[in-house]
Amino acid sequence: MTTLPLIRMVKLAVKNLSQYKLRAGLTMLGIIFGVCSVVAMLSVGEGANREIQEKIQRMGSNNILIKSVKVPKDETSTETSRSMIASYGLTYKDAQQFSQYIPNLKASTPMKVLRYDVQYKARKLQTDVIATTPWFLRVQHYRMMRGRFLTSSDMEFGSPVCVIGSRLARILFAGYDPIGKTLNIDHDAYTVVGIVGDIAQGELPPQGELWLEGENQNVYIPLRTYLNKRGDLFAQWSEGGGTFEKIELHELILTIDKQENVIRAVDTARRILRKNHKVEDYSIVVPFELIRQARETRRLFNIVLGSIAAISLIVGGIGIMNIMLATVSERTREIGIRRALGARRQDIVMQFLMETLILSLSGGMIGLVFGALIPLMITAVTGVQTVLTFSSFAIAFTVSVTVSVVFGIYPAHRAAQMDPIEALRHE
Amino acid sequence: MRVPIVELKGASKEYVNGSLRVTALREIDLQIFPGEYAVIMGASGSGKSTLLNLLGCLDHLSKGDYLLGGENISQFSDDQLSDIRSRRIGFIFQSYNLIPQLNVLENIEVPLFYQGVSEAEAAERAGALAERMGLADRLKHKPMELSGGQQQRVAIARSLVCDPILMLADEPTGNLDSKTGNEILELIDELNAEGKTIVMVTHDDDIAHRAQRVVCFRDGEIISNDWNGASAP
Repeated sequence: MTTLPLIRMVKLAVKNLSQYKLRAGLTMLGIIFGVCSVVAMLSVGEGANREIQEKIQRMGSNNILIKSVKVPKDETSTETSRSMIASYGLTYKDAQQFSQYIPNLKASTPMKVLRYDVQYKARKLQTDVIATTPWFLRVQHYRMMRGRFLTSSDMEFGSPVCVIGSRLARILFAGYDPIGKTLNIDHDAYTVVGIVGDIAQGELPPQGELWLEGENQNVYIPLRTYLNKRGDLFAQWSEGGGTFEKIELHELILTIDKQENVIRAVDTARRILRKNHKVEDYSIVVPFELIRQARETRRLFNIVLGSIAAISLIVGGIGIMNIMLATVSERTREIGIRRALGARRQDIVMQFLMETLILSLSGGMIGLVFGALIPLMITAVTGVQTVLTFSSFAIAFTVSVTVSVVFGIYPAHRAAQMDPIEALRHE
Repeated sequence: MRVPIVELKGASKEYVNGSLRVTALREIDLQIFPGEYAVIMGASGSGKSTLLNLLGCLDHLSKGDYLLGGENISQFSDDQLSDIRSRRIGFIFQSYNLIPQLNVLENIEVPLFYQGVSEAEAAERAGALAERMGLADRLKHKPMELSGGQQQRVAIARSLVCDPILMLADEPTGNLDSKTGNEILELIDELNAEGKTIVMVTHDDDIAHRAQRVVCFRDGEIISNDWNGASAP
């Protein structure tokens, strides 16, 4: 005995379902909403996750970022209240000890981040001046657009050269070629030797400026040159007086050779800092840890989303089961007739299962379409990143079909187990 | 000697209804030969419906043997019985038992569907039978749109579509007025004249006169088995 041709079973099922259009439509809604919410949730979740991952990844998973942090006054008052100079943050001693004691350290990139007026001819603008070493470029993965970055000979000789961001080049040198021109940074002359591309998103926290994130208007100068000219004391004048800050290093990026050595290096760095600093005037950011945390968060997120989705699909499945049970009992007589005319039990099972399957397949299909449209709309309206992945489609679809088949089996089985004589007598 | 279409040997049927054991048929012996037109009569509860269900392979015997066309089917599985029903038996019911959402043509095609007959062939065979039953202009109508007589004609067409060796009719005129009922009975006579073997359950003595043979039941036993003028084969 063979099974009946599939196409004819499908036709029969469609025919039967079209008898109860409203009922079929309402039943499908359960699956539509289920699939739709699964796809939409997964794509929003995936989008958020990818955004975070990208941000972290750009910081470099082999890097450890250590920043100086200004400690609130009352905490430091016992030591510095008599001094006009606020002194805090990372020191050269820290940097030197890091280089000495941290295992597997590949490079250490010190940075001073200062705010100065930058001037070319009549154009003037306040921006971040970053005094650093040639390594900086490698650690940050900027793209050189023109010229060169700072070199070790710049460092050695303390050359008065600078590299500028592409946006600064555009604003300050509108129309002129910046390479070779001389720029004044707080009245010190620097020669422009290169232009670097945009900052990758989220690279440096913007400090309240209204420029588009990602556009680079920083100036990069050799750390040595800056120290020769200015030393470590940074004066800032404002209305009603001035403040002096003595910060040796604003930021330090430690690059470790391999990811698996990062955690150990962080421990060492933390020990050194704890020994050298009485107060915690620094913060350590470990992108590698953030990635791990993000992964953990994502896993949790997925579990939560998955449970919600599973519940909604199960609700849809129960809806299908309910309707199919009603349909089976309504069509008891038809089942009896079909059995009397030669339908085997499996034919009856197939008939009802096929109806369930068609309900869930078409519901699933419609759900996928809406599930794909909703994230697109979210992105269009709110700008939140969403990612439609094939796997989310596949998961939603497979699960919905599986659920409905599972829930469809019982009603179909019940139909098939009916005694044909009883079924024929059914009114 | 001709092989009987139906041969029951010591056929018994018992139901267990709660703690009660009901004997519907008591060791029946019955033979029905090809081309016969037999009527089964009896009060309700006499076992005639049970007999019809058994003959139609809708039920299993509790004891004894059932040979259909010389083949002992007493021990057949559910699937095998389904196959027998679809290929060898034609059912005609009192309440027609058409499937409401299918049209006339589709209703006639149902048994063919379960035999895996192709759609084109099924449509052709069903169409030819519908035409013979005078339903040519009703092919696309749903059962609800037809009169009782027309519905019964559809049912007869459906029972014929597989060219069965045995036709079973359960009070086929019970729901019809006498005129329409008569037409249906004439149709059945016609089929019998063409050589169809027919077993019909009825209450009606007038109908019984049309048959060559009348089998009367009481309390699960055959009390009379008469040939109306005709001789026993």
